[in-house]
Amino acid sequence: MGQHYDAIIVGAGHGGAQAAIALRQQGFEGSILMVGRDAEPPYERPPLSKEYLARDKPFERILIRPPHFWGERNVGLKLGAKATAVNPQARRLTLERGEVLSYGTLIWAAGGDPRQLSCPGAGLSGIHTVRDRADVDRIMADLDAGAKEVVVIGGGYIGLEAAAVLTKLGCRVTLLEALPRVLARVAGEALSSFYENEHRAHGVDLRTGAQVVALEGDNGRVSRALLADGTGIAAEMVIVGIGIVPAVGPLLAAGAQGSNGVEVDENCRTTLPNVYAIGDCAAHANAFAQGATIRLESVQNANDMATTAAKAICGAPQPYRATPWFWSNQYDLKLQTVGLHATHDASVMRGDPASRSFSLIYLRQGQVIALDCVNATKDYVQGRKLIEAHARVSPERLADTATPLKELIEP
Amino acid sequence: MAKIETAAITVVTRDGDRRRLEIVRDRTLMELIRDAGMDELLALCGGCCSCATCHVFVDPDFADRLPPITEDETDLLDSSAHRTAASRLSCQLPVSEALAGLVVRIAPED
Repeated sequence: MGQHYDAIIVGAGHGGAQAAIALRQQGFEGSILMVGRDAEPPYERPPLSKEYLARDKPFERILIRPPHFWGERNVGLKLGAKATAVNPQARRLTLERGEVLSYGTLIWAAGGDPRQLSCPGAGLSGIHTVRDRADVDRIMADLDAGAKEVVVIGGGYIGLEAAAVLTKLGCRVTLLEALPRVLARVAGEALSSFYENEHRAHGVDLRTGAQVVALEGDNGRVSRALLADGTGIAAEMVIVGIGIVPAVGPLLAAGAQGSNGVEVDENCRTTLPNVYAIGDCAAHANAFAQGATIRLESVQNANDMATTAAKAICGAPQPYRATPWFWSNQYDLKLQTVGLHATHDASVMRGDPASRSFSLIYLRQGQVIALDCVNATKDYVQGRKLIEAHARVSPERLADTATPLKELIEP
Repeated sequence: MAKIETAAITVVTRDGDRRRLEIVRDRTLMELIRDAGMDELLALCGGCCSCATCHVFVDPDFADRLPPITEDETDLLDSSAHRTAASRLSCQLPVSEALAGLVVRIAPED
C-alpha cells in the first residue's frame, strides 16, 4: 500500500495547477499530490501553438508558476506519471507502473488525448499533434532539420494557429479541413469565411471539404498526404489538429457516469464518492448552453472549475456559473470569444470584416448569447455584459457601430 | 538574463503584505510577480492582453516611465469594477531599472 494524500490531483495542466492553488487559498491544510503525465511542472498550453512554437517565448516563460512555488505551497509533484485505475470504495489510485496511492479526495483534471488519424500511414514519423511541450519540441526539431512543406490536418483553432505561425516561419502550409468550412464546430459561417480568407491571403493553401484518406512515406517518414479525390500533397511534416478524446477511461471503468467525458454536478462532483472532475474532460450542465450537458476545452473553464471544486472540498460550495470566454491569436488578428454560440438562431455582423475589426454577435430568441470579436476588444468587454444581462437587443441596433454595446443594456 | 542587484519593485498584496522583488530585465511585471511565487494574479491568458486577470495599481509618479496604455488594454481594464486612474495590466509593463522604487498594488479580484 502506497502513500496517502488528503487530496490527489490527476493532471498538471491549467485545471490541476489551479486546483492546488485554490485548495491552499481556501485554507486546505492537508497533503496534496499532483500527478502529471508531462515531465515538466505545470505550464500554459495555449502558447504551444503560438508564442512557444514561434520561439517568441522560451519554455521557462510559459510555466504557470515557478518550479519552487509548488514546494513552497506544500504541493507534491509526481511528474511523468499516468493514472491508470481508480478504486473509489478503497479510495485508491493506481499509476502506470503499478504504484498504488490512497487519497481522501480525488480531483480528476486529466484533460484529453489528441485524437489520432486512423487512416493508413498514420504511424509514420514526421506526424505530430499539438498537446504538450514534447509534441511542439518535435515539431521544432523537424523545422530545424529543414522541413518546409507542411500539411496541417484540421481547421480548428489549433490547426489555424499552427498554420499562422508556420507560415510566418517561412513554411509552405497546406491546411486540410474535412468539413465544408473551418471552425465549423465553434463559430458561425461569417467568422469561418473571414479566417479562410485571411489564411489564404497569408499564403496558406487552405482546402475545405478535403478528406485525407492516407499518408504515404519514404523510409518510414511521411512525404505525401493523399486526399479522397485522388490529389496528393507533398508533406515533409504533418500536424494533426482534429480535437481531443477526454482522458476519463479510469473513471468510467470505476463506474462513473459519462461517455464523452465524465459527468459532474454544479460543484464538479462526479457520480463516484469523493471524486471531482474539472476542465476539458468534465461534462457539465452549462447555463450558457441553455443547460445542455457539454464539455468546454478552455483555460477559463479549467481554471474556474478548479476553483469551484476547491471551494466544495473546503466546505464552501459555490455552484459553477462562470461566463465562458476564449481567445485565439493568428497573424495580427486577436479573436476574443465570450458566451457559447451553439444554440443561436440568428447572428448579426457588427462592423466590416474587410476592416479586420468586427464582431459576430449570436442571438437566441432575440437574446444575445455569444460574441466572436476580432480586433474588437471593446465589443468583447461590453458584449459580455449583454450576455450576462440576458439582454434582448434588435439586430439593427447591434449592427450599429456608432453605438457602444454598453449603451444597449436596458437599465 | 541580467539582474541588477540594487534595483527592486515593491508589490503589495491584497492582504497588504509587501514584497520586494528584484528587477529582472526582459520580463513583464506580471511575470516578475508570478515568478516570485505570489499566487494572487491569475494572469489567465499568459500575458497576451486577452483578459484582465493581471490588474494592478501603479504609483502615478511612475506613469511617465511606463509605456502608454493601448486601446486594447484600456478596454480590458474597463471590465473591472475596481478600475482607477492608477490601473494597468501588469502583462503590458516591461520591467527595467527605470522602474526601481516602483510600488504596485494587486487589484481586488473581480
